Amino acid sequence: MTQKILLKSDHVPGIRNYDVYRSQGGYASVEKALKTMTPEALVEEVKKSGLRGRGGAGFPTGMKWSFLAKPPGVARYLVCNADESEPGTFKDRYLMERIPHLLIEGMITSSFALGARTSYIYIRGEYYYILRILEKAIEEAYANGWLGNNILGTDFSHDVYMHIGAGAYICGEETALLESLEGKRGNPRIKPPFPAVAGLYGCPTVVNNVETIAAVVPIVNDGGDAYAKIGIGKSTGTKLISASGHINKPGVYEIALGLPVEDFIYSDEYCGGIRNGKKLKAVVAGGSSVPILPADLILKTAAGEPRLMSYESLGDGGFATGTMLGSGGFIVMDEDTSIVKNLYTFTRFYHHESCGQCSPCREGTGWMEKIMHKILDGHGTLNDIDLLWDIQSKIEGKTICPLGEAAAWPVAAAIRHFRGEFEEYVKNPSSIKDIKHYYRVNNLEPVLS
Amino acid sequence: MAEIKFSEETLALVQKMIRRYPDGKQKSALIPVLHLAQAEFDGWLSAPVMDYVASILKIQPIEVYEVASFYSMFNLKPVGKCVLEICRTSSCWLMGAEDVVRHIEKKLGIKEGQTTPDGMFTIKTVECLGSCGTAPMLQCGSQFHENLTMEKVDTLLDQFRSENKRRSYTDI
Repeated sequence: MTQKILLKSDHVPGIRNYDVYRSQGGYASVEKALKTMTPEALVEEVKKSGLRGRGGAGFPTGMKWSFLAKPPGVARYLVCNADESEPGTFKDRYLMERIPHLLIEGMITSSFALGARTSYIYIRGEYYYILRILEKAIEEAYANGWLGNNILGTDFSHDVYMHIGAGAYICGEETALLESLEGKRGNPRIKPPFPAVAGLYGCPTVVNNVETIAAVVPIVNDGGDAYAKIGIGKSTGTKLISASGHINKPGVYEIALGLPVEDFIYSDEYCGGIRNGKKLKAVVAGGSSVPILPADLILKTAAGEPRLMSYESLGDGGFATGTMLGSGGFIVMDEDTSIVKNLYTFTRFYHHESCGQCSPCREGTGWMEKIMHKILDGHGTLNDIDLLWDIQSKIEGKTICPLGEAAAWPVAAAIRHFRGEFEEYVKNPSSIKDIKHYYRVNNLEPVLS
Repeated sequence: MAEIKFSEETLALVQKMIRRYPDGKQKSALIPVLHLAQAEFDGWLSAPVMDYVASILKIQPIEVYEVASFYSMFNLKPVGKCVLEICRTSSCWLMGAEDVVRHIEKKLGIKEGQTTPDGMFTIKTVECLGSCGTAPMLQCGSQFHENLTMEKVDTLLDQFRSENKRRSYTDI
């Protein structure tokens, strides 16, 4: 079920350059949109496609676009969220690095639909080298008349600018991203008002993920109906999955939604199975924020149905037995992995990345990290496991932005599915030394005694 | 102390950056300009450097301090010429990032967060850098070094030492 729409030209030599990209049919969506479509018709096409936000939340893109306020005489903005920092996710990096013009093309076509004169691509600071790749692509687009005034002789004029971040996971949250773009700390805003009404500089703004904006290109070229035919149910189209961890073939794969998880993990076309002939222990299917699932529940739902790579199937069973598609950051762990220690890296991450605005998140993430540290140090008690559960339940739903949930869910899921392992650590602290915490890379000399 | 002033070339770039944003919204250029400042003024942002950036953008110094202290890529203390940023989050950890950190610590004789006495290296552990499929990895300046093995790390450190130059995020 490999279906390449976004990455169909990723292996064409020189595709990063304008001439090669154009020779592969690049910028056709801009021509089609500007010359034959109205902005309203374009929004309708995106609605028909069933495209859902690819950053993690999965909100229908066409609907998000239709919420955009259009008061006369007020600027509107499109902002591309290229802050990709959900642990386990590296698909946007791959797309931007390989096919930068696809994103620029999507920005122009999407901005036409939204009536945005100016758009920004907010890219995470660590991707500075990709900023340079995109800036070159933007220059080429200007030189060839795809950007600037009166594009293709129409009334539509547009400018795209790059904007660099400086290391903050929270800036992937859209209102924090807008604050950061305005030159401030990345503290999420209280909603409402939503960015569609008051976003960048108080103007109506749409914030979309890189992959979402890129998907607009094939939707315009081939029509929303053609896109909706790919996939399964309400999970239409293709999704870029970032596969990492203990697998034979880590990397970015474009799949038609609906592919069985088992095929994705074991087929040679994708992950190629677990490394060194080991058994699968657990998977984090959609980036660090989504609940971890043990092998049996990631391969089959609680009802015994094969689990599919789709929003609905991964969510089947709610959080009791299911998870989420999220950003598509697919982290695979083999039988030797310590779930407890993996959770420690997650709690440390969320503590580090909490912006500090809301007390439940600022304090709670710190407490969770400290308790995890205590358990790993061999000083944990059974009460600490209950305390972790209690703390996570008091963060979820009590913060301005979803970082609270993102910090709480991994803790809840690890305890829900692997409580026995936590108890083992607590009851038998000496076992910590015997447990293999991670996989050693080939030919690494063991440094830890 | 030398006068704190961007080179003519950087000043032109700063003006170009400011023009990306609407009139009166020049504060938007703060983070991009701080990157330039960190690269040009020895890899870190001192209070006088931040005051200088405030004066260029016509904002209050506190507006610069509060931003510089929020984002993890800005150094508020002097650092080595090569800041070795080793990813420590889930996928990298699963693939042996801890061993990489220990190896570098042992090799350089310093601990995470410290700088070698010759001012060459600083070890820093960081959160997910989007290199999970090529783990373990470290970033130094603008470059990602992926699929690390101990041999690769050794070669890299030797190379950095022999080139003896400061590495910045803004490097081409």
